Amino acid sequence: MKSPTGIQGFDEITAGGLPAGRPTLVCGSAGCGKTLFGMEFLVRGATLYNEPGVFMSFEETNEELIKNVASLGFDLEDLIEHKKIALDHVHIERSEIEETGEYDLEGLFIRLGYAIDSIGAKRVVLDTIESLFAGLPNQLILRAELRRLFRWLKEKGVTAIITGERGEETLTRQGLEEYVSDCVIMLDHRVTEQTSTRRLRVVKYRGSLHGTNEYPFLIDETGFSVLPVTSLGLEHIVSNERISSGISELDNMLEGKGYYRGSTILVSGTAGVGKTSVAAHFAEAACKRGERVLYFCFEESPNQLMRNMRSIGIKLEPWVHKGLLLFQATRPTFYGLEMHLAVTHKAVDTFKPDIVIMDPINTFILGDKENEVKTMLMRIVDFLKGNQITALFTSLTSSESALESSDVGISSLIDTWLLLRDIELNGERNRGMYVLKSRGMANSNQIREFILTDNGVKLREVYIGTSGVLTGSARVAQEAYENAGLLRRKHDIERKKRELERKRKLMETRIAALHADFKSEESEALKNIETEQNIIKLQGKDKIKMAVSRMSVLDKRKTKNHFKL
Amino acid sequence: MKPVNEKSVKKTIKRNPPKTKDNKWVLRLYVAGQSPKALTAFANLKKICEEQLTGKYSIEVIDLLINPKLGNEDQILALPTLVRKLPVPVRKIIGDLSDTERVLVGLNLLRVN
Repeated sequence: MKSPTGIQGFDEITAGGLPAGRPTLVCGSAGCGKTLFGMEFLVRGATLYNEPGVFMSFEETNEELIKNVASLGFDLEDLIEHKKIALDHVHIERSEIEETGEYDLEGLFIRLGYAIDSIGAKRVVLDTIESLFAGLPNQLILRAELRRLFRWLKEKGVTAIITGERGEETLTRQGLEEYVSDCVIMLDHRVTEQTSTRRLRVVKYRGSLHGTNEYPFLIDETGFSVLPVTSLGLEHIVSNERISSGISELDNMLEGKGYYRGSTILVSGTAGVGKTSVAAHFAEAACKRGERVLYFCFEESPNQLMRNMRSIGIKLEPWVHKGLLLFQATRPTFYGLEMHLAVTHKAVDTFKPDIVIMDPINTFILGDKENEVKTMLMRIVDFLKGNQITALFTSLTSSESALESSDVGISSLIDTWLLLRDIELNGERNRGMYVLKSRGMANSNQIREFILTDNGVKLREVYIGTSGVLTGSARVAQEAYENAGLLRRKHDIERKKRELERKRKLMETRIAALHADFKSEESEALKNIETEQNIIKLQGKDKIKMAVSRMSVLDKRKTKNHFKL
Repeated sequence: MKPVNEKSVKKTIKRNPPKTKDNKWVLRLYVAGQSPKALTAFANLKKICEEQLTGKYSIEVIDLLINPKLGNEDQILALPTLVRKLPVPVRKIIGDLSDTERVLVGLNLLRVN
């Protein structure tokens, strides 16, 4: 039997809430949120689970309480009016009290009992009962009475929270954990490297499974939220859907389809290689598809980032106005890692993005230990994967270390790793990009030259030849050289073709001339032949004529003469 | 300690609150039912008052089991509690009043040496 607290995340780590009908000890140092924990337990109980509650305060007055929790959006006055919550401020002044003989705390019991019965309370908070130790001198009686009180609360069947100040060596200053042993929750407020983080731990919980880790929590305008982040397993749903990176050439390198939805992408590289541009492309492409993008920028302000991206033709403002793109800009040192995690969770939970971009992640290292950063990123990756959110991180690699070493040591968490590197050659610094790894796809092994143009990022194939990998103007020069060679050859061919043509023409004219000669000779010859033939014909005729005439005249001489002609 | 009979306690509980007059002591004894501690406290109080404040005191006994609300006004936690309402300032004495000397100190009837 558990009593849900309604506190975000807490019910998950305790598998349902606090033990119902039993008292729970919430301990912690000053200012760690004990009162608020108790108050939220009551308010949520009253509003969400219809369980009225009594708040017995030994420190703050009712007015103070009402005022303090109003800043978290709790309207206590309204709840009190509707008999959902009863506040009771117990005040003890040591100087007013003289102790004479035997006594007990029946008065407190009666008072609490009366408050419980007056609104039919199911929940009770005693904050901080240890104040009694300061007000009442006889500790023996007090301890016996407290033991009785907790037993009495159990008998009443109310779910109670008892808060206690943290002691030097014990959980609470007065050793309350001795009496309240069903469930103990410890709140902590730690400051490391000038940043503070609130943490919660379930020290014990009788008869129930619970998460044993320290969970970060935050208190903001909506109250308490605990992050059960490490309770997640590796059982994410995987998607086969592919989404474009926003750079078509890059998509081509990734089987022509882009990233997997829900995968984690790391873009790493040295300073100024265009990591943010890759991220912005991805964001723009996602917005164009109508997806929601949450962009965490840790080094630039959103306005600066948008201006810079405009210069390479990526317009992000319209998407911000449409509500598809949300920038969340905070300095990494603004709060602790756990807090960042908490803020990320909250932002993701409220904005419900399809894509989360964190730019860059390694700035976290500034203030904290690497190991912790890795744990945090692992949690973020787990959390995002669990929600089917595609995540793109950028990471700055220092130029001294190997490019493949992402200094946050999260490479094993990454599904697709794009590496941007600069290639220095011939007094020039050019950008190159390749896919270092991409799980679950046949990615290209090519290094591409990465060019920032007015129309965004373009990837060009680099020149790979005898003189090695050439980029930038060297590539251009090489290409020009090759082009010139090509041109020369083309010219050669042209020339040869022309020569051939010329020869053909020459030949043809010769043929034509011969033809003409032949023709004129032929016609002359034919003429001669004709005249000869005519002569022959004429001679024949003459012969006949002569013969005829000889026959008639028979003049031998004449005929003879004719023949002589 | 002189044993008190129940009859007299009952009678006093039902008594109306005394009218406040100058130079009059108004004492209020908070108890929870007729527990042995309550009875002892009342008897002790009665005895002290008779000895020290003859004729110029009134005792109001409030049983919180009957009127739980009344305890809030005087911030009663421990029982029995004796509250000196008048003369001001208000003083609270908790316990069964068996330590006479301390009661007298608490009521400002005896200066601590």
